[in-house]
Amino acid sequence: MKMQWGRRGENLYIYLSGELDEHSVAEIRARADKLIDENAGLSRAVFNLAGLRFMDSTGIGFLIGRYKRLKRYGMGMYLESPESGADKILSLSGLYSLMPKIQE
Amino acid sequence: MNQMILKFPARSENEVFARNAVAAFALTLEPSLSELSDVKTAVSEAVTNCIVHGYRGREGWITVRCRTDGNLFTVEVIDEGRGIADIEQALEPFFTTQPSEERSGMGFTIMQTFMTDLQVRSKENEGTTVTMTKQFGTGQADVG
Repeated sequence: MKMQWGRRGENLYIYLSGELDEHSVAEIRARADKLIDENAGLSRAVFNLAGLRFMDSTGIGFLIGRYKRLKRYGMGMYLESPESGADKILSLSGLYSLMPKIQE
Repeated sequence: MNQMILKFPARSENEVFARNAVAAFALTLEPSLSELSDVKTAVSEAVTNCIVHGYRGREGWITVRCRTDGNLFTVEVIDEGRGIADIEQALEPFFTTQPSEERSGMGFTIMQTFMTDLQVRSKENEGTTVTMTKQFGTGQADVG
């Protein structure tokens, strides 16, 4: 599980790559929260999922957790370019109503 | 008819091994990419349930049995953990016993949706067996 990030204008970009499951989520949860805290003044966070080869329902919990944190700072959240497997889970769970899907 | 049995300790680092080993075995049926992805996801959910709910971090073993019969793929995920008190409730979307742990409660819903059939047998303090089948080659193309 790899996490990279960047800032462009009012957007915080978080790039997730690898396989996101119950085991690997532990590596990135605290790091993502720290990043959000450090960029609290921005308008929105974009999670780019293009490199995420695998995700199970652990990913839903992870994304909702970050959504709640961003909301406390008044920041919006978007999911960019999910691969088809992740997309199926995100659609099924209704997550896009909270964090809209966007394409690169 | 072909069969495979895996047995491994209930540790989260084995989730990646379990789902990929099952997917590798399923390759003999020449599934589409999306069928393979569905199987991996469903197995990952079932194995995670054993670790998180069945054993709750305690030591134990997980057995995964796979069987192919024509285009029908069957996978059983078995633990000897705490068991599920109320299976009907556990199957409800968004139901979770651990809301504080960022659990989505979507595990069984995903297994049901991604596989053709799901059955859960469980006895408290004896364990849980999740049996999932998937009919491959239903002609659904890998689009969008």
